[in-house]
Amino acid sequence: MSKAIIRLAVPDMILSPAPQGSAATATFRVEALHKSFGADPVLKGINLSVQRSEMVFVLGPSGSGKSTMLRCCNRLEEPDAGEIFIQGDRLTGPGVDLNKMRQRIGIVFQSFNLYPHLSALGNVTLALRKVQKMPREKARVAGLEALDRVGLSDRARHYPSQLSGGQQQRVAIARALALNPTVMLFDEPTSALDPELVGDVLDVMRDMKRQGMTMVVVSHEMKFARDAADRVIFMDDGLIVEEGPPEQIFGDPQHNRTRAFLSRFHE
Amino acid sequence: MERFIDTFFNAAVLARYAPAILEGALVTVLLSLLIVMAGTVLGSGLACLRAYRIKPVSILIVVFADMLRALPPLVLILLAFFGLPNVGIVLSSFMVLFVVLTLVLAAFAEEIVWAGITATPKGQWEAARSTGLSFTRALIFVVLPQAVRMVIPPLTNRAIAITKMTALGMVIGVPDILGQATTAQSFSANASPLTLAAIAYVILFLPFVIASRWLEARFAPPAA
Ligand SMILES: Nc1ncnc2c1ncn2[C@@H]1O[C@H](COP(=O)(O)OP(=O)(O)O)[C@@H](O)[C@H]1O
Ligand SMILES: [Mg+2]
Repeated sequence: MSKAIIRLAVPDMILSPAPQGSAATATFRVEALHKSFGADPVLKGINLSVQRSEMVFVLGPSGSGKSTMLRCCNRLEEPDAGEIFIQGDRLTGPGVDLNKMRQRIGIVFQSFNLYPHLSALGNVTLALRKVQKMPREKARVAGLEALDRVGLSDRARHYPSQLSGGQQQRVAIARALALNPTVMLFDEPTSALDPELVGDVLDVMRDMKRQGMTMVVVSHEMKFARDAADRVIFMDDGLIVEEGPPEQIFGDPQHNRTRAFLSRFHE
Repeated sequence: MERFIDTFFNAAVLARYAPAILEGALVTVLLSLLIVMAGTVLGSGLACLRAYRIKPVSILIVVFADMLRALPPLVLILLAFFGLPNVGIVLSSFMVLFVVLTLVLAAFAEEIVWAGITATPKGQWEAARSTGLSFTRALIFVVLPQAVRMVIPPLTNRAIAITKMTALGMVIGVPDILGQATTAQSFSANASPLTLAAIAYVILFLPFVIASRWLEARFAPPAA
């Protein structure tokens, strides 16, 4: 009930969101996130607020905890401490309907993880059918619409093995989009792709941004970050070292570690 | 040579006992179908149960699977047929054979399907769970279909091996192919009914053996 009211009260599309809006208005918020694997602390207190329609880019060396942070965001990995809020609803703590909450957070993996035994459309509609209990025909229409958004409605009947890597990743994006998530998380979505296929996936992401999707993107596509990101975050050793608009992070990084990292990516 | 033909291909004996063998074939087919269906369903069910990784449940399943795979099926058949009546459970020979072989197949199927479940990439679970599927739904709609596909060849081979064991029913008087044939052989004092039995088994099982070859090619992991 109250959720619907909040949705109506927010302007439908904010094309240029405030880069560093306050935590209170955040669409997605992570507070003091901690995670260890055994005695190994991987996240040491991550705070992150993402505004509606904002695209936040996360950079950082391998092993700095970027994937773990994203996976904690929908509790694929259980955080040791910290809180996660989505549109003010708490995702952490006991008594949360995790399966319902997860439908509001789309995640796209480096390795696509499409279901090989289902067609592209089957991949996209599975959760619609089995979780949202949508009737077959309605799910088909919604699934085709999601595939259309990634430019693949003509591949609906194809199986993952019949699709290129770039197409598979776009189907994976459609699978998340079909659930109408509030925020989308991307974990190196183009790292497993042949260079010539990267562009298609980035175009889809650019399109999503244009349509007002809220996104957190872990990626090494620096040029894309420069063009498309509203804010760039540099992570190292389980902490956010530095954040700011892309011009600042790329043009005038304040921390040595950020500088050292970026110097390895001179295009 | 004449003696050989008279022993194995005595026309009169063949003609006389063909109907009995045919009846036996129906029993074998019925038993085999029931065992394959019940055994694979039960085995897959146990493998799924094991996926929840509830310690005591998993231990029970492993003990069951290991016991039934270790014991010769004939021992189980004799134990069940001659032992159970002493504790008040009287089953027909058909029932004993069905139950024992179903459990044996279930034990093997559980191990085979479990191997398929554990071989399914972790990313499949994660993709499913991240779209809101519960553990059970992820298992049923995402992991199990892939696991079963992966293990269809070994599962088919095992199912053939165990349905052939219906021939063991002879020792407790199940009127299957071999049961009918041995009865006929003792009445006629001639081996021709056994020839008929062999022919019947080949006719029944050869298509499945060939089908398993085809399945193996069809579901083989894609060449690198
Ligand atoms: N499931 C896990 N078990 C144990 N250690 C893990 C696990 N996942 C990640 N790690 C460790 O956590 C650290 C951060 O990993 P990750 O979040 O994948 O970093 P990034 O994505 O930035 O490369 C690494 O040292 C990695 O080895
Ligand atoms: Mg990573």
